[in-house]
Amino acid sequence: MKTHQFEVVVVGAGGAGLMAGLYASRTAKTAVISKLYPTRSHTGAAQGGIGAALGNYEEDHAEWHTYDTVKGSDYLGDQDAIEFMCEEAIQAVYELEHMGLPFDRTPEGRISQRPFGGHTNNETGKPVRRACHAADRTGHMILQTLYQQCLKNEVNFFDEFQVLDVLIDYGKVSGVVAVELATGEMHTFHAKAVIMATGGHGRVWEITSNAYAYTGDGTAIVSRRGIPLEDMEFFQFHPTGIYKMGILITEGVRGEGGVLLNNEGVRFMNEYAPTVKDLASRDVVSRAMYIEMREKRGIGGKRFLYLDVTPPTVNKYAEIDGRTNPDGSPIKVTGEQIMSKLPDIIDFCRTYLGVDPITQPMPVQPTAHYTMGGIPTNKFGEVVVDEKNKAFPGLYAAGEVACVSVHGANRLGTNSLLDLVVFGKHAGLRAAEFVRGADFAPLPADPTAFSREQFDRLRHGSGKENVFDIGNEMKAIMFDDVGVFRSEKGMKAALAKVNELQERFKQVNVQDSGKIFNTELLNAWEMGNLLDMAEVITASALNRKESRGGHAREDYPERDDKKWLKHTLVWKQKGKLKISYKPVVITHFKPKKRVY
Amino acid sequence: MDVTLKIFRYNPEKDQKWHYESYTLEAEPTDRVLDVLEKVKAYHDGSLSFRRSCAHGVCGSDAMRINGRNMLACKVLVKDVGNAITLEPLLGLKVIKDLIVDMEPFFDNYKKVLPFFINESPIPKDGKERIQSPEARARFDDTTKCILCAACTTSCPSFWGNEEYLGPAALVNAHRFIFDDRDESAPERLHLLSNASGVTRCHTTFNCTMACPREIQITKAIGELKLAMVTGKLE
Repeated sequence: MKTHQFEVVVVGAGGAGLMAGLYASRTAKTAVISKLYPTRSHTGAAQGGIGAALGNYEEDHAEWHTYDTVKGSDYLGDQDAIEFMCEEAIQAVYELEHMGLPFDRTPEGRISQRPFGGHTNNETGKPVRRACHAADRTGHMILQTLYQQCLKNEVNFFDEFQVLDVLIDYGKVSGVVAVELATGEMHTFHAKAVIMATGGHGRVWEITSNAYAYTGDGTAIVSRRGIPLEDMEFFQFHPTGIYKMGILITEGVRGEGGVLLNNEGVRFMNEYAPTVKDLASRDVVSRAMYIEMREKRGIGGKRFLYLDVTPPTVNKYAEIDGRTNPDGSPIKVTGEQIMSKLPDIIDFCRTYLGVDPITQPMPVQPTAHYTMGGIPTNKFGEVVVDEKNKAFPGLYAAGEVACVSVHGANRLGTNSLLDLVVFGKHAGLRAAEFVRGADFAPLPADPTAFSREQFDRLRHGSGKENVFDIGNEMKAIMFDDVGVFRSEKGMKAALAKVNELQERFKQVNVQDSGKIFNTELLNAWEMGNLLDMAEVITASALNRKESRGGHAREDYPERDDKKWLKHTLVWKQKGKLKISYKPVVITHFKPKKRVY
Repeated sequence: MDVTLKIFRYNPEKDQKWHYESYTLEAEPTDRVLDVLEKVKAYHDGSLSFRRSCAHGVCGSDAMRINGRNMLACKVLVKDVGNAITLEPLLGLKVIKDLIVDMEPFFDNYKKVLPFFINESPIPKDGKERIQSPEARARFDDTTKCILCAACTTSCPSFWGNEEYLGPAALVNAHRFIFDDRDESAPERLHLLSNASGVTRCHTTFNCTMACPREIQITKAIGELKLAMVTGKLE
C-alpha cells in the first residue's frame, strides 16, 4: 500500500473535476484522480452547447436565463443557486474562450449561439439563441481545453486510479482510497479536502446515452459513509436517442430547425407545446413522444419516431412558424450548412444506422441521459448533510454527481456544461480556501480496510450468479417501470426486483484473481454501485406522490406544491433507507403552471 | 448470425508468451464490435481486458487492431468487418494485458508539443471574447476533432521504427494551436517540430489518415506544418 499526501484531492477528471483541479491547484497542493484518462471523461460526449446570455445575436439577459431554468426545473431548483449560476455563466464562457476554446463564430467574430429547448425571450416566449457552441462537439472542446490548461499549469494527475472509498470519521474527511488499475495496488490519499466530481449513473437504465463509466461511483461511495443523497427520483430522459442504441442526438438538431414527426408525418409537438413546439423542455418532449407511441403513432407501430432535419423539412417548418434569420431574411438552409453545424450527428447516423440525415429522417426514442439528483451541496460546492443545509467541513462535490440544486426536477439543455464549469470552479476555490486554515485529519488505523472488504466480497461469492445477467435485469425493469412514466404498482415491483437483485449480487464470484487491469473485478464493483443507486432512485420516486419535471406519475398526474415543493434526502443506514425532506429556496419566482 | 472472434491474449501474471483465443457466439449484424467483446467478457471469459467508455466513438478508449486495421471497437459494426474478426492490441506500444497497451509514451509525446493555448496578451478591455473571424476559426477546425485515441500514431511505420518520433497525433494537436490566430506560440512550436523527432519523420504514407476514426485529414495537416516550417508563414 502506498500513501500520498495532498491538501486537496479531486475525484474525477471530467469538466467539473478539471475545473476544480485547475482552481484549487493555484494555491493548494492538489491531485486529480480518475478511473479514466481525463480526455475519456463523459463531458466529452456533450454536444449542443453551453448556456449563457451573451446576447451575441439578439437581446438576452441573465435574468431570463434564470427564469427559464427555474421554470425548466418545475420550480424545484433552488433559486439563489440558479441566479448565481446564470449570472456567472457569462463570465464563465468568456473565461473558456480566453483559455482558447474554439467556439464557432458569428460573422462579426463573436461567439456563435443557437436556440435550445426551454431557453426563451421572456417577453415574447419565443426561443432565444443562448447556447454557445463549437459545432456539435462543445463538450469535447470544453474537456480538451480544460485538460490542456491543467497540463499548462502542471496539475498532478493520477490517471486510471479507481477511487473506492472516502475516509470519513468523527465528522471529518481525511482522504480517499483508490486502486491503481495497472498494478491492482491500493493507494491512500491523505487530504484535508476532497472534491467529488465523478459524474452520474445513467447506466442504471437499458436505453442510455451514458458512457460505460457512468456507474454512480461518487454517490454510492459517499452514501456508504453516511452522507445523504438529494432528489434521486429526478432523472432526465432525453427525447432523441438513436433507436435501440440510445446514442444521443443533440437538441441542437431541433435548435437548427429539425422537427419530430409521427407515423402520419405529423409534427406532433404543436399539440403539446404550442408556443415553442419542438423546443419545449426535455421532460415535456419525452412524455409527448411516449404518448404518441402509446397511441400507435410510432413509426411502423414500433417504439420510435422520426427526427427530421432534411433541408426541405427545416425550411417548410421555419416558414410555418414564422422563424427567420437574425437579419430578418427567410430561412433557406442547405444540406451543406446542416453538415457544417452537425457533423458528428451525421457521422453517428451514417455509422450506426446507415441513415443520412441530410436526406432521410433519423429514428429516435427517449434515452436515459442526466442525473439531476446527487450529493447535496450549496452554491459554493460544499456538501450539505441535513435538512438545514449544514456544511460538512472539507467535503465538496461538483458537476453531475452534485445536486446544488440548479436543475430541480428537469434540467434545461446547455445547463449541464454550465453547471460543471461554474460549480467546479467554485468548489475548487472553496476547497483551496478551506485547506489554508485546516490541518490534516488523522488517517484511520487501517485506511484501506473497507475497500479491501468490498473487493473480498466480490471474490468469495458462490458464483451462482452472473454480474451481467443481474445488470441486464436491473436495466430492463428500471427502463420500463422507473422511466419516463411511473406508477405505484410498477415502482413497487421494481423496488422488489432491485432488492432481489441486490441479494443475488452476493452470489457473484469474480473469476479473474489477477492484480493487473482486473476489469472484471472493477466492473463488478461498479455494478454494486448501480444497484445501490437503482434502489435509492426507486424508493425516492415511490415516496413522491405527485408529477414534477422528469418524475411523471400516472397515478398522480398533477404537480402538488402544497405537499411536495421540497427536496428529497435519502440516507442509507445499516442497510435501510431513511427518507426526509428539506425546503426549496424561492427568491423571485413564485411557482405557477408550467406551459411551453 | 454466428461470429468468430480471434482475440490476442496476454496475461503478464500467468502467460510466458502471448497467444490467440477464439470465441464463437451469436451477434446481430448491426452490433458494434465492442458489443460482441462485452458478450465474450460476460459469458466466455471475464478476465478478458480492454478499455472502453462512451461506446460511440468520442472518448477514444477502445482503439485496437480489427482485422489488421486500427479502429475504435465501438465505431465499427459486425456487418462491416464480417463474421471472422481478429482483434489485437495497437502496435508500437507495450502490451500490458490482452488488448490494453501502455498509453504513457503516447501521452508523453502529446505533452511535448505545448498542447495548450498560449496568449499572454491582455484580454479585451470589456472582458469579453477575443474576436476571431469564422474563416480564421475554420482554418484549424479539422484538427480540433482529435480524441487522442492513438489509432493514427500506432498505424505509422515511422513511429514503429523510432519511438522518439512524436507521431501524427501530437502533430495534429500542434497544428490545432499553430493555426489558431489567437495563439501566440506558433514559432516556438514550429521550432520544436523541426528537430529529428518532428515532422521530418513523416514520410506521407497516409496510414494515419486512413486510421483516424474522426476522419481528420492528418497527412494534410502535417503537410501544412512542413510548409509553414519552410516558408515561415502560416497560410
